[in-house]
Amino acid sequence: MLEIKNLVVQIEDKRILNGLNLTVNKGEVAAIMGPNGSGKSTLSYVIAGKEDYEVLDGEILLDGQNLLEMEADQRAAAGVFLAFQYPLEIPGVGSMTFLKAAMNAQRKARGEDELTTPEFIKQVNAAAAQLEIPKDMLKRALNVGFSGGEKKRMEILQMALLQPSFCILDETDSGLDIDALRIVSEGVNALRSPDRAFLVITHYQRLLNHIVPDTVHVMHGGRIVRSGGKELALELEANGYADYRESEAA
Amino acid sequence: MPAVQETIDQVRSIDVDQYKYGFETEVEMEKSPKGLSEDVIRFISAKKGEPEWMLQWRLDAYKRWLTMKEPNWARVSYDKIDYNDIYYYAAPKMNPAPKSLDEVDPEILKTYEKLGIPLREQEILAGVEPQNRVAVDAVFDSVSVATTFKEELKKAGVIFMPISEAIREYPDLVKQYLGSVVPVTDNFFATLNSAVFTDGSFVYIPPGVRCPMELSTYFRINEKNTGQFERTLIIADKGSYVSYLEGCTAPKRDENQLHAAVVELIALDDAEIKYSTVQNWYPGDAEGRGGIYNFVTKRGDCRGKNSVITWTQVETGSAITWKYPSCILRGDNSRGEFYSIAVSNGMQQVDSGTKMIHLGKNTTSRIISKGIAAGKSENTYRGLVSAHRKATGARNFTNCDSLLIGNQCGAHTVPYIESKNATAVFEHEATTSKISEDQMFYCQQRGLSEEEATALIVNGFVKDVLQQLPMEFAVEAQKLISISLEGSVG
Amino acid sequence: MADVTLMKTPAETALVQAFENARTMLPGNAESRAQAFEQFNARGLPHRRVEEFKYTDLRALLREVAPFAGVPTAEEAKAALGGSKAFANVAALQVPFVNGHFVREAVDFANLPEGIEIVPLREALASGHEWLAKLSPVPWASDNPVYQLNTSFMADGVMIRVAGSVETPVHLRFVTAAGSAVATATRVLVVVENDASVTLLESHESGDGANHQPNDVVEMIAGDRTNVQHVRLNAEGDKALALSTLAAKIGAEANFNSINVVAGSATSRHQVYAILNGENTNLRVNGATMLKGTQHSDSTLVVEHNALHCESRELFKTVIDNEATGVFQGKIIVPHHAQKTDGRMMSAALLLEEGGSMNNKPELEIFADDVQCAHGATCGQLDEDLLFYLMARGLPKKEAESLLVQAFLGESIEFVENEDAREALVATVEGWLKARS
Repeated sequence: MLEIKNLVVQIEDKRILNGLNLTVNKGEVAAIMGPNGSGKSTLSYVIAGKEDYEVLDGEILLDGQNLLEMEADQRAAAGVFLAFQYPLEIPGVGSMTFLKAAMNAQRKARGEDELTTPEFIKQVNAAAAQLEIPKDMLKRALNVGFSGGEKKRMEILQMALLQPSFCILDETDSGLDIDALRIVSEGVNALRSPDRAFLVITHYQRLLNHIVPDTVHVMHGGRIVRSGGKELALELEANGYADYRESEAA
Repeated sequence: MPAVQETIDQVRSIDVDQYKYGFETEVEMEKSPKGLSEDVIRFISAKKGEPEWMLQWRLDAYKRWLTMKEPNWARVSYDKIDYNDIYYYAAPKMNPAPKSLDEVDPEILKTYEKLGIPLREQEILAGVEPQNRVAVDAVFDSVSVATTFKEELKKAGVIFMPISEAIREYPDLVKQYLGSVVPVTDNFFATLNSAVFTDGSFVYIPPGVRCPMELSTYFRINEKNTGQFERTLIIADKGSYVSYLEGCTAPKRDENQLHAAVVELIALDDAEIKYSTVQNWYPGDAEGRGGIYNFVTKRGDCRGKNSVITWTQVETGSAITWKYPSCILRGDNSRGEFYSIAVSNGMQQVDSGTKMIHLGKNTTSRIISKGIAAGKSENTYRGLVSAHRKATGARNFTNCDSLLIGNQCGAHTVPYIESKNATAVFEHEATTSKISEDQMFYCQQRGLSEEEATALIVNGFVKDVLQQLPMEFAVEAQKLISISLEGSVG
Repeated sequence: MADVTLMKTPAETALVQAFENARTMLPGNAESRAQAFEQFNARGLPHRRVEEFKYTDLRALLREVAPFAGVPTAEEAKAALGGSKAFANVAALQVPFVNGHFVREAVDFANLPEGIEIVPLREALASGHEWLAKLSPVPWASDNPVYQLNTSFMADGVMIRVAGSVETPVHLRFVTAAGSAVATATRVLVVVENDASVTLLESHESGDGANHQPNDVVEMIAGDRTNVQHVRLNAEGDKALALSTLAAKIGAEANFNSINVVAGSATSRHQVYAILNGENTNLRVNGATMLKGTQHSDSTLVVEHNALHCESRELFKTVIDNEATGVFQGKIIVPHHAQKTDGRMMSAALLLEEGGSMNNKPELEIFADDVQCAHGATCGQLDEDLLFYLMARGLPKKEAESLLVQAFLGESIEFVENEDAREALVATVEGWLKARS
């Protein structure tokens, strides 16, 4: 599904990713763990197509398509979804207006008809109910005045509505209390399917208790330094990232 | 913050008479004939032993000035100035010129002692860490009477001397830079200054040199009916750094005295100039009699790439202040900063601010202005931020806050924000408020008097700017602000 | 600078001539007109050295004075109004003007909504109607040269009195349909009696291609406890030079809300002069301006808080495409006695492309100490992070931009209380964006 080969990325002359290789298969939930500053968020932005990053080398293929040649919106239409670590507030843009605009833009890009308003509302209501999103939250401007938990739920709502094939969760657990974490995780788990892959980026093991990964990768110094099964996450939780830091120093 | 207590003590110790620098010095003076004419300019030029080109420069400025009108756009009002009722040159009699401090009139030395300005290097060295030393150029009316640490600075390649000496000793440097930032024709007061300037400081920092100590000039107006027209020129060559301080005081008099200075700063590639002013000219009495008209043109040119110019000013004195220390951000990636505290009380009028002219790419500027109006004063912030067509990526952040103490003063904000480049991002915010009753109550409930609480809150209000000053001056400035606000509460 | 007496421009000379020709034909007190023109003529057209016109140099912009438009025939008026589209979706009492002349036949005077009285200005001026004394409610507006020109040349208009709560909006519909360039000068006075409320729509439309020169003044006197909702739309043709003034005097415990939406004109300047004369009044003045090509638009605003405890909010949004120029000058004045004033003014501009310019001058003039006043001004491009967020959700760049521009202007438009009028304005924005992409 997703294949990253020898990815080298810099921002303002600072090298962040250093020949990163990663493969995520269809239906797989892959976790990326690593200390702060290891390049995890950069990886998610580069996959989604943020402009500030300069890709010096390597490629990112989604189902064989070269993502690096596409604009961010084209990547979204191709199935890439990034749940932001810090979802942006957009004053003046109603949440519903935004959801409808995004859904229809992707449908249009795939050559499908636009949603009728009743159909759209039906879909939103169903998804919102599952994520315990109250109606009045949807009436407000997107993410404006939302709590941390509400913002993350809004991200997962979008994920549910847009039905992407490749989902990146960037530190989705940050700023969530235990109840919000449960709701968000259930929302994500409900979307797991054999046709869809997830890349779960997290600093802590906590989230992985709720969203159990198939594979765990450890990222450090801009590349994947170790890969394993879900037990690797537990090991990291016990020992921390110190080993990796020291190996770097040595 | 212990300084607060100090401030309060200071405020308490002061009499009705708040201006403690108001004394006069008795020395024998030599003056030009009263009024302004070509002959007076020739007289000044001759006194300074200037070369012919300098005299010509002055005469050209004078001719130009005769065709100009006094600006009237600022929010200040004053009686018409009679430019022929002023002495343009007044200097203590010193024949021949003093070779060392021992030859300087002891009365003058006493003056500086009273003002707390150290002129004897040995004394300064005694109690101070080397890195905290300050070199001083002391300007008394129209002439520089002493410059300290000249020799030591010379070893580092730094030129620090009265501008009248620099005109004789480094004519090429002066010729190259004088008037290159503030053209002779710039404005009425700058043109007048160009015609009649008498002294001021000249600084040149060679490439790659970090000036080993703070430089400072202390301006004192002493003589009656004189104007002070100093001219300061600071050049920081590539990769150099200098921090420069200026202080000013004058005796108490019923008449108004004119101070029309010009300061030019030039920062070449990767150079940085920090220019700090603590302006405490005599502000006039409670009825608005007397005080200095402070009509000053200060401008810095970030001529080289990555250059930085920072203006910091604490303005508490003068009857009228009209000054806009500005930055021309010509070099790519250059940065201009302006930090200002302007306190007005009594009948003072302040119209001050800055201009940030973004010409180069990725230039940034920052303006933090705090105005405090008390008594019957008027306090105006006036500023311009502009981005020209080629100023891609320009950034400005402006914050100007005003505080009113009492109900007979005025605080005004007049910003001009002009962008001709879509990639420029300008943000401006301004607020006007009073000290909140809740804050006052909270402080008073904890045992502070109204005056103490005011001092505390005002100090908090201006903190962002005070932090920009070198340590000793920050403490001094903090005291000064509280003194200036004496009597405004209650 | 040396003092130079400026030479009269051809336009200024033409204005003198136009006034000479018109003065005997214009209705009403010739003396007050002459006085206003004299005041104007003493200084001439304002130019960039005149502080209030620093960014809109009328001396340079007004090169040629168009002839003042004559009264249209009934057929011409009908045809012109038939082509008018502004606020077509809003059910309102129509008060139409064609070529600057009130179309009397279009108003059913016998069946006006309850609480509304309308007096045609032309007749009022001729007969010396008692309401004329209420004109010029904001004295210092009379010092403005644009206002002085209107006073000199005003040929027609209406005076409206509102008593009680009037449900039906009143729509002042101005249409200029002359084929070649004409000048117009209209004056409208709206007196809203104590406890009354009204929604006032004002639209200005003209055809593309002609250098029309409208100069319109709307004056309002809003009494105590009134509620006034004023929505103004500039949809003038692409060559028009449109000058307009709103002067409002507002009483105590009132609610006054005015917005100006600019979607037309080559050059426009809208001046708002508001004075808050009673305690506990809320004022809101908003603007939403859309500019492209080489358009130039100026919003100038002076709000004087003249009483205790008033609140004013000013929010101006300007979108600048291509090489257009936006201007915002706003001033909040708080004299000594207007304690407890709460004033907030914000101007935000978006520059969509290289080549555009924005000039902001937000001023505070404060003499009272117990006040909270603030102003802010920003200008810049669309937020890249927001654009990325939207694109990451699948929106193509242009669409993402449009959505953000809509939201940006929407923040100003959302304060329009009348839902239909608000929808019409949103549609105007959408239309502008569509024309752009």
